[in-house]
Order: sequence, then structure tokens, then C-alpha cells
Amino acid sequence: MSIEVRGVKKTFDSFVALDDVSLEIPSGELVALLGPSGCGKTTLLRIIAGLEVANSGDIFFHGEDATRRGPRERRVGFVFQHYALFRHMTVFENVAFGLRVKPRGERLSEEGIRKKVHEQLKLVQLDWLADRYPAQLSGGQRQRIALARALAVEPKVMLLDEPFGSLDTKVRKELRRWLRKLHDEIHVTSVFVTHDQEEALEVADRVVVMNHGKIIQTGTPEEVYDHPATEFVYQFLGSVNLFHGRVHEGVAQIGGLAVGTPEYRDISDVPAVAYARPHEIEVERIASDSTQIKAVLRKVLSTGPVVRLELQRKDNGELIEVELTRERYGELKLQHGETLFVRPRKLKVYLNQAS
Amino acid sequence: MAGSIALDIRYPRISQASQEPWFVRWMLAGLALAFLSLFLLVPLLAVFALALAKGFAVYFAAFNQPDALSAIRLTLLVAALAVPLNLLFGIAAAWALAKFEFRGKNVLTTLIDLPFAISPVISGLVYVLLFGLQGWLGPWLAEHDLKIIFALPGIVLATIFVTFPFVARELIPLMQAQGKEEEEAALALGASGWHIFWRVTLPNIKWGLLYGVILCNARAMGEFGAVSVVSGHVRGVTNTLPLQVEILYNEYNYTAAFAVASLLTLLALVTLLLKRLVEWQSRGELLRTRKPDEGGEME
Repeated sequence: MSIEVRGVKKTFDSFVALDDVSLEIPSGELVALLGPSGCGKTTLLRIIAGLEVANSGDIFFHGEDATRRGPRERRVGFVFQHYALFRHMTVFENVAFGLRVKPRGERLSEEGIRKKVHEQLKLVQLDWLADRYPAQLSGGQRQRIALARALAVEPKVMLLDEPFGSLDTKVRKELRRWLRKLHDEIHVTSVFVTHDQEEALEVADRVVVMNHGKIIQTGTPEEVYDHPATEFVYQFLGSVNLFHGRVHEGVAQIGGLAVGTPEYRDISDVPAVAYARPHEIEVERIASDSTQIKAVLRKVLSTGPVVRLELQRKDNGELIEVELTRERYGELKLQHGETLFVRPRKLKVYLNQAS
Repeated sequence: MAGSIALDIRYPRISQASQEPWFVRWMLAGLALAFLSLFLLVPLLAVFALALAKGFAVYFAAFNQPDALSAIRLTLLVAALAVPLNLLFGIAAAWALAKFEFRGKNVLTTLIDLPFAISPVISGLVYVLLFGLQGWLGPWLAEHDLKIIFALPGIVLATIFVTFPFVARELIPLMQAQGKEEEEAALALGASGWHIFWRVTLPNIKWGLLYGVILCNARAMGEFGAVSVVSGHVRGVTNTLPLQVEILYNEYNYTAAFAVASLLTLLALVTLLLKRLVEWQSRGELLRTRKPDEGGEME
């Protein structure tokens, strides 16, 4: 079932949580709402679920106006950040809850409920935990039970609030892959909220980047990562190095480096900032031309698949973060405190509107 | 009073820091024991000793008086009316305060404590001022032949007022700590408000609720000040057990006074026992349903 959000506004007292947000989610997609805390992503999710009421704007499910429907009528599955499992019920009863509270006419028989619950528990691979209480489960298990409980009532839409937020890194990664696999199997339209860009980029079909109650960019993970619409998106999606310069008639002058920026053809002499990701920066021991920046090697972090260097620029003292492959690092034979020559291989230039 | 939180489960743990020399420990323990005996145990025994001073026959005869029987009946009736009503009010107030945001929430929270803050005599007087013959509603009530003051309704009202905070105070912190996520989860799963209350909210608060009810009941049966003001001390009609004790005592009928007092004392002992039982029961359930997280590993 597709979801459409049209012009939704929500304020809490004087705080604007959502400022005229519109969004379309096609049927069967797995979408991530990504943004820093307080950006309104959870509020948007709760408004889609009907747990929160917008000040204005409309919600459509499958083209039908659902704005005035309560959460019961919307038939969404909601997974809470802290799972919200019923602590006084066994895992079995937790999953059965949604089936038991159905109106008499729609309710399954006791045998039917039992079958359905075990089906769900098998789906999340936790059938053997049916008689446990939530407190006796690990975080990852609780999360999967919460999913099974939401899926048991066959929702048209799944909404997940920071589904991996309170798990440790290893479990997070496993569960992330598992969720993606599950979605590929059952294909229910799903929206999840996260502040972790890696998670959003890895799991989602599409990523919706939000900040200050607004949607900044919507696109596939590749689109938002490779073509960030704004400085905010660029910075939010990974580590960055910042360079200052000016743009004049389609050319950005960043230090000694000239970068072609055809999108700014009509701009004359405006301050600009340019960003480069750590892996987009080249390091040399010997100067090859005048466009390189001189910097002193301050720190080397050589654990993990890539080697991370921290360099300090000689001209203005700013730090530059560089990522090298292990092979390249081996070739260079860098010494601590040595002066190196760096050059960004790729730069993303934004006009500095403020000045 | 009900200020303590009943369901706070901790296990005694002897740390290195509390390893005092033996004589200090013995002295402190001895001091506490002596204090307890002097101020609690001795009076407790005295009540029963004085009640039974003239033998069991006299003791039981004290209850066989029409006035005493009437006092017992009235006390039970008042508690039977006041406790269920405060159970409902308490749940409603705690539910509203813990699960919803609204204007005037702080005022309501403060108001709930009012009966604890105010002298019970004042609580009684307020009703006399409202419903008494000289009171605001007095003439109208008299016209319609309704009796509130110096009658059962007044006693029940005063008792409800005095015992109002017990259930609410017990539930508010509990419900606040539990948050409203479970209720929201139930709502998203399609449960009606009725289902949510019976299947999610109530099971989560049942021990705290029971604890509050036990304390509320003890106070409802034992309340003296507020009831004394509104009851009018009509023998055999509007005297509750505590008032009966006072009357008998003032008439130098010590044995009967202490005999009736021993009933109230027994009530207190039963209350403590029940309280203990509830704590023990809820601890058992806590251990089962709230075992701390043992790491986030997936098997």
C-alpha cells in the first residue's frame, strides 16, 4: 500500500517539529527517514501511524484520505524504539495480542491464533522462545519479537522507529541485513527512522534526509550519497574535509586548485566552500605541482580495512582527514611529523550564501 | 503514610564500606531494637493486655453490645463504599496524570496531596460548612429531606476525602515509570481503549494498586478526626470503631475501650501482613518478568 504525506505541519508549543512536509512512498518500498535527533523524523512516523495528530496537512493510504482515521483503523504495524513489548505477557501472548483483540467477527479461533503465532515466530526464527517473558530475552531477540507482533496482524504498512537504535554494533549489523532480507520476502511497504547514515544507506530502497522539520532530499542511497543536494546532506552522510575558496563564472578557485563548476556559470566572485570525503584525497611525499596543500602528519589510525590519517595544514592549521588503502599506506612509508602534499581528487562546491 | 514506593526491590548487599567493628554494629542494632520495643511493641502488647485484663468472657462481651456491633457494621460499610470509589478515582487520576499532557496538570498533582497536607479535622469541617444546617447547601438539603452531615453520606464523604491520595500516590510514579509505549503498541495493534486498560495497563499496575488499596482500607477504617467532625457521635447510629473507642474510654470503660481498640490493632496487623504478601508476590513476578538484560547477543 502506498503512503502519501501532503503538507503536514506539527508544532509542540512553540517548537516546529514538522514544517510543511510532503512525501510519497510507493507501495512495497523500504524507505529510511534519516536525520539528526530533533529533526522531526520520529514525529513524521508517528503521524503516519496516527499516534500523533498533525496541526494541518493530510495523510493518504493507497490514495484514500486517512487523516482522520485513528491508529486502529489505519492498520499499520508499529515497532517502537524500545520495543514496548507487554512485559507481563509471554512472547507467545505478545505476538497473539493483536489477533486476540480483533472484533469477534474477524477473530481467528484459538487453534488459528496458535498456528498464526507460531508462523510469525518461525518467520523471525524465535519459535523456541514462545514461553519466555520479554525481560528474559536479549535486545536483538526483543526487537525481532516486536517485529513478529506487528506483522501478526498483517499490516498494510510497517513503521519502525529507530529499530536498531538500542542494540550493540554487531547485533545491529546482523539485524539490519536480516530486516532487508525479510522485506525482500514479504514486500510490505515499510518506513524506518534512523539517525545512522550507514544504516539508511545500506538497508533502504530510498532515503529521505530531514533536518529542522523539513525534507532536504529524497533519493536512492546512491543518489543522496553521490549527489547530495545541500551542504547539510553532504556533511550528514559521512566524514568530510572542508576547503574555502571563491566561485567566479563557473570556476571555483580553492587554494591553488581550479575546479570546473558549470552549475555556477552565472555567478561572479562569490565565496564558496568545497567538500571532499577522506577517501577522495591524495597524499604524496614529494611535491609534484603547485596545487597541492602542504600538511604535517599528526596521527595514523591503522586498524581496520583502511588507514586513516590526520594531517594539519601548514597554511591555516586546519585538520584534514584522509583515508588510504593499506597497500597505498605501505607504499608511502609515512613518518610521523613528516610534511606531506595533499590534493583533493574530487570536490563538491557549494556557494557560501551567508556572506 | 503512603509516601514510600512499595515495589522498589533491592537486595541487601554488604559492601566493604559498611564493615564496622562488631561493637558498633551491636550498639546500633541494640539501640534500634530498644527504641522499637519501647514505642511500638510495648503499646501493641498493652492494647491486648488491657483488653484481656478481665478475661476472655469480658473481652468478647464488649463486642456483644448493640453499640459496638453497630460501630463494626458502620466501619465495614464505610470502608466498603469509600475504598472502591477511591480505587476508581485513584486509577482515573493516576492514568490522567501519568499518560497525558494537559493544562493544569501540576495543579492537579498538588491537589491530590491536599488531603495529606491538611489536618483531618479541617477535612471534616469543610463538609459541615458545605452540607451542615448552617452551611451553603444545608437549607436546600433540609427542604428535600436529605441528610448528609451526622449521617452515613457525610462519614463516607469525609473518609473518601482523607483516603483519596493512597491509591493515586501509589500509582502515579509507577505509571510514569512505565510510560505509555505499551499502550501505544496495543493501540497500533488494534486494541480498543477497554482492551488496552484491562489487558495492558491494569496487569502492569496490579501490585501497586493492591498495595494502595490495602493502605487506603486501613486508613478508611481507622480514620478518626474527619469522621469525628461529621458523624455527630450518635450512639449506635453514626459511631465508627475509632469513635466508639473514644466514647468508651471517656466513660472510664477501659476494658471495653481496649477490646474495641484491639480490633483496630488486629486490622493493622492484618494490613501489614497483606502488605508483606503483596510485596513478596510482586517480587516473585518481577524476578520472572523483569530480569535484567543479559547482554544483547543473538543466539
